[in-house]
Amino acid sequence: MQPFATHTGLVAPLDRVNVDTDQMVPKQFLKALTREGFGRILFYDWRYLPGEKPNPEFVLNFPRYKGASVLLARANFGCGSSREHAPWGVKDYGFRVIIAPSYADIFYNNCFKNGILPATLPEEQVEELFQRTEKEEGYSLTVNLPNQTIADKHGLMFKFEIAPSRKEVLLKGLDDIGTSMQQAAAIDAYEKAHASTATMYDPVDVKYYSNGR
Amino acid sequence: MPPKTLYQKIWDDHVVWEEPGKPALIYIDRHLIHEGTSPQAFAGLRAEGRKVRRPDLTFAVMDHSVPTKDRTLPILDNDAKLQFEALEKNCRESSVRLFDMNSRHQGIVHIIGPELGITQPGQTIVCGDSHTSTHGAFGTLAFGIGTSEVEHVLATQCLVQARSKTLHILVNGKRPKGVTAKDIILTIIGKIGIAGGTGHVAEYGGEAIRALSMDGRMTVCNMSIEGGARAGMVAPDDTTFAYLEGRAFVPRGKAFQEAVERWNQLRTDDSAQFDMTVELQAEQIAPQVTWGTNPGMVTSVTARVPDPREFKDPNDQKATESALKYMGLKPGTPIVDIPVDRVFIGSCTNSRLDDLRAAANLVAGKHVAKNVKQALIVPGSRGIKSQAEKEGLDKIFREAGFEWRDAGCSMCIGMNADVLPPHERSASTSNRNFEGRQGKDSRTHLVSPVMAAAAAIAGHFVDVREFDVAHVE
Repeated sequence: MQPFATHTGLVAPLDRVNVDTDQMVPKQFLKALTREGFGRILFYDWRYLPGEKPNPEFVLNFPRYKGASVLLARANFGCGSSREHAPWGVKDYGFRVIIAPSYADIFYNNCFKNGILPATLPEEQVEELFQRTEKEEGYSLTVNLPNQTIADKHGLMFKFEIAPSRKEVLLKGLDDIGTSMQQAAAIDAYEKAHASTATMYDPVDVKYYSNGR
Repeated sequence: MPPKTLYQKIWDDHVVWEEPGKPALIYIDRHLIHEGTSPQAFAGLRAEGRKVRRPDLTFAVMDHSVPTKDRTLPILDNDAKLQFEALEKNCRESSVRLFDMNSRHQGIVHIIGPELGITQPGQTIVCGDSHTSTHGAFGTLAFGIGTSEVEHVLATQCLVQARSKTLHILVNGKRPKGVTAKDIILTIIGKIGIAGGTGHVAEYGGEAIRALSMDGRMTVCNMSIEGGARAGMVAPDDTTFAYLEGRAFVPRGKAFQEAVERWNQLRTDDSAQFDMTVELQAEQIAPQVTWGTNPGMVTSVTARVPDPREFKDPNDQKATESALKYMGLKPGTPIVDIPVDRVFIGSCTNSRLDDLRAAANLVAGKHVAKNVKQALIVPGSRGIKSQAEKEGLDKIFREAGFEWRDAGCSMCIGMNADVLPPHERSASTSNRNFEGRQGKDSRTHLVSPVMAAAAAIAGHFVDVREFDVAHVE
């Protein structure tokens, strides 16, 4: 996974609470077999009019936010479905950082699997960033993960909190699976110790399709 | 030993490895997969030369995009077809059990897990689907994960997780007639908000929860995620054990008795502390109907569509305005004056036997209203479908003007042909009323199965308590 250290980029404001993952990637795009190409359809129903004509009223279609890589959002961002297609779309669109007062658990977790930094700031600070983004065309922010700061070029600087383990994953671009597989001996030992408990019974008496097994 | 909550007990029992200050590696007892969120995970394994560690603990089913009409016909949706083929190939190559769309056990993943006894108390269960919380009804720790985590579990049978906070939701007293498990959970979500449980695992308790059947408890736990809680659970009791006994994957005889003894330990210790507690009184709960574009935008059937100005927070005002615009509703409209175009009884929330029986009981001898274009009954599994048919429920529904379909996710998510058309309004027993959820520009009102059935007959929402008192449980 692509490591994350610092990032400077144009800010796009999505002024709406409780943005759910159904809005980011609607159901008709869940039939894919790969993780690629979700940027084009991110926020599909909001972003496009019939015939995939860009909806001029949707904020990401405003010329001034073209090329944005920092997404400014409101509370409970990413609620609902666990679909990882949502962060795949966010990333593929070009966002590397999301700034919001809060996130839904599963979406938050999924961001870290994809090298996206979901930074959390208090409501008032997020509000301040919304106002500055609105006021100044080309408003950009520099997000420094090692120092846990978000700064603009006018001297504004906010500090954000992030769990040290989450920070490490992004900084090093860690592959979770590889890291966990280093604990193979512990997993083996757990399986051995729990082989006879109630949760581990072998299935009995069922007919099933198992493709020849 | 310090007192523990049910969640803490199951958690502690599953820690494989942990370092202070870091998330733990926890063991996963059952991994459920479906066609929608697994292909990229298998592709990832393949790219890294990794294998499925425990195919015997992995269970696959086709549910999200399956047709609910005639399955002997070719699949017209090529993308869906490719996903089914990918799942079949992945399962065959990895020796994972697959309930394909022609299996007599096929159904929605969260319906068949419990139905076949794959779900058992004390387990950890994950699935690439947020409604995995359903399985918590059995006193399991069950939650939805993303596709990268699906890949992680396939490779290691473990997951990297930080401990959650705990939320106790007590529903005291007795549930009135006409008020169902769905109304209980919608009331809870209305009270705590759709982010109220974020960061928490919920445990439901109190007299009204204890009195629910397993079907009802599953409805409650299913929608935990709509209140922000990734998992919701109910401590197992005699109702749980009676449900499980004799199911396909559940041990038999002496082994079952021993299992029950262990399962009986799965309860929150008396003096254990929760991080947050919410209490409700069941007698005060009325049948619920959502009016907006998330499950927290909900009110009693006796109420009216709210006015955005009633909300103090400007974000809530804006959200309400936007929701009413999307839903095509005017503030102050009585809920019972809202007409419905289509009715959907199904989904992992409300498609079990209890749901179908209650709805059938209500519609028997009546007929779907003229203005209702379609009324769908989609059983959660083929097992449920076949049992319902034995009981003659299909006949009752058909005679009343409902369509009786095959099992799958159907119009809850509209990934197959069962889509709610633009600007049409549904009374739906599903779990999400997000914009476009059932179809682009469609308008969803979440209700219980009896409320949906009554709306189908009346052609608009009605208070089921007054609609047909004799046939309301």
